[in-house]
Parts: sequence; C-alpha cells; structure tokens
Amino acid sequence: MSPARLYLLQRATALILAPLVLVHLGLILIAVEGGLTAAEILGRTRGSVGWAAFYGLFVLAAAIHAPIGLRNVIHEHTSWRGRSLGFATIALGLLLAGLGARAVIAVVAVP
Amino acid sequence: MTAARDERERLSVEVWRGRDEGRFETFAVPHRANQTVLDVVTWIQRHAAPALAYRFACRVGVCGSCAMTVNGRPRWTCRTHVSKVAGADRRLRIEPLRNLPRIKDLAVDLTPFFEKWQRAQGRFTPTRNRADPLAPVSPESPARKAADAGIECINCAVCHAACDVVGWDPDYLGPAALNRAWTLVNDERDGDRRGVLQAAAAGGGCHSCHTHGSCVEHCPVGLNPTAGIAGLKRRSLLDLVGSGLP
Ligand code: SF4
Ligand code: SF4
Ligand code: FES
Repeated sequence: MSPARLYLLQRATALILAPLVLVHLGLILIAVEGGLTAAEILGRTRGSVGWAAFYGLFVLAAAIHAPIGLRNVIHEHTSWRGRSLGFATIALGLLLAGLGARAVIAVVAVP
Repeated sequence: MTAARDERERLSVEVWRGRDEGRFETFAVPHRANQTVLDVVTWIQRHAAPALAYRFACRVGVCGSCAMTVNGRPRWTCRTHVSKVAGADRRLRIEPLRNLPRIKDLAVDLTPFFEKWQRAQGRFTPTRNRADPLAPVSPESPARKAADAGIECINCAVCHAACDVVGWDPDYLGPAALNRAWTLVNDERDGDRRGVLQAAAAGGGCHSCHTHGSCVEHCPVGLNPTAGIAGLKRRSLLDLVGSGLP
C-alpha cells in the first residue's frame, strides 16, 4: 500500500477513534460510579445493535490505526524493512481485529 | 572596545578532530568584535592547526557550504556571530553537521543529501526551449506565492541536520529535498509536477514527517519546510482521490 494511503487510513481512523474513546471512557466512569454489576451491563448490551455497531467500529478503527503506527515506529527505530514488515503489520491488524471481535461478540451476542 | 582589550579576551573553542573516531581539541582564540564562528574556525586553521578540515566559500550566507554544529545546534557559521552563541563563559564547541557521513574534522559528505534531492525529483523539468517566448507567470497566483515562499533555499543542510526523523530513518528524504519538491509542485512551468509529487510522497517521503518543526526553527534563511511538507501531504491525498495535478 502506498505511503499516502497508509497515512490517510491512519488519520481517518484517528478521527473516528477520538470520539469513540471519549464515549468509551465516559461509559466506564458512569458504569463504575453508578455501581452497575456485570449482569446489569450485559443486560443492556446483549442484543443491542447500537452497542454492536459502536464497539464493532471501535475495534475496526483500532485494528487499522495501531498497526500502521507501530509499523512507522519500527521503520524509524529499527532496520526492519520490506515485505516481512508489511506482513507483520497485517498480521497484527488481523490479531487485533480478531481479539476485538471476540470481545464485542461476548458482550452483545444473546446467549 | 579597544583592539588591545579584545586581544586579551580569549574564547575557549573545542573543535572536533578526526572522523567518526576522534576527540575534541581545545584552542584559545582571540575574541574580536563582530566575529563570526567561521572567523574563529579560520583563525584556528591559520594560526594553530593548519591541517584542520572545514568548508566554506562565500562567507556572506549565500553558498550554503559553511554549516556546522555550534554548541549543539546546526548553524551557518559565516552568519553566526560568536556573541550570539558563546555565552558569558566564552566557550564554543564546534562539531560537524549531524545526520551526514563525516569526512574529516568539520567537513561532512553531502552526497546523501543531494541524492535525496534527486530521489524527491527536486529538479526542474523544462517544457520550453530558448527559442520559445518566456512563460507568463503571475506573481500573484496562490501557487506561485507558495513556490516563492520556499525558493530561497541555499542547500546548507542545516535543516537536514536538525531533523530527528532524518537521523532515525535513513530512507527519509528530509526537509530540504521535500521543500524543493513543494516549490516544483507549485511551479506551473514544470513539465512533470505529478512526477515530483509522486516522488515526494513515495516511501520515505512527505508522509514520514512528524511536523515537529525543528527544520523551521533552524533554517537560517527563515524558510518553512514543515508547511511545504504539509502541503505535499495534502496534495498527495487529493491525488489519491483523483484531484491532484495535471
Ligand atoms: S517538521 Fe518534518 S522535516 Fe521538519 S524537522 Fe520535523 S520531521 Fe523533520
Ligand atoms: S531549507 Fe533552509 S536549512 Fe534547509 S537547506 Fe534550505 S536554506 Fe538550509
Ligand atoms: S560560507 Fe557561504 S553560506 Fe556560509
């Protein structure tokens, strides 16, 4: 992928992530302050298309954003280059997407 | 200040001797009014260390060949007054420029610097010959103004030495080459502006810049390569969606 595309993807996902992270942190505060139990939280998230979309988008954006950033750091600070670095970047993205998807499914799927 | 008093005042000047391996050698140099760092280096070579290697040509801030690291910062030495950099203790530490291979003492090899200009396609592609009439270019057009803002580069490599990304990533083209590319992208007379944009946005190009502005901070002629690089980023993104350049 061209550097311009990677740059665009990283900035676009950053734009998406910024508000999502704030909402996510706000939610944690509200849930903790409000003394919600795990069962009460799951009661609200299970079967909710809204929460599935919210956290699905979050995971997707993070899975694109983080590997590109990490690739840049590796590129700048080590001599690792070329196809193997590209494959490692993709593998990290897939790993994050897979782990994230598992977590999203765990809170939104109806058992 | 009288000349006699000046002569008694001495600067303590540490100068790098050697290549990658080497040491600092300290010289006591007479402090004069309106003395530049290049004057100090020249005094040392003429009076104390005839084998000292360094580079200069114009002595008036035009040729861009005299850049060195002075008290930790890259500077054009012919236009840097000692009084501005030496402090009350009258100490100077003079080293070769960062981020370039050293040759000897204060002289570095600028080959990688100019190779990067070529990789960024930092050269004009003509569309006319001398028989053609002059191209009419409006000095008021936004593109020409953008080109003019970056055109006075003297190729001194001060920004290249000041840029941390150049130090980290040997592939990075660096601020000077990208600044040059930006002037060409905005030059309506250039015959391959799209080629310049693509060269400047390829691997190691404009998208590697961290926008931290060290190049702007140090450029002795007051150019703003960071702004030009931001322009290149913007244009290359527009080019992705097909609204870049002719
Ligand atoms: S703004 Fe970009 S080119 Fe300038 S010093 Fe920083 S990283 Fe280097
Ligand atoms: S942009 Fe400024 S610092 Fe960089 S080479 Fe040109 S004149 Fe020197
Ligand atoms: S000697 Fe020419 S710029 Fe300093």
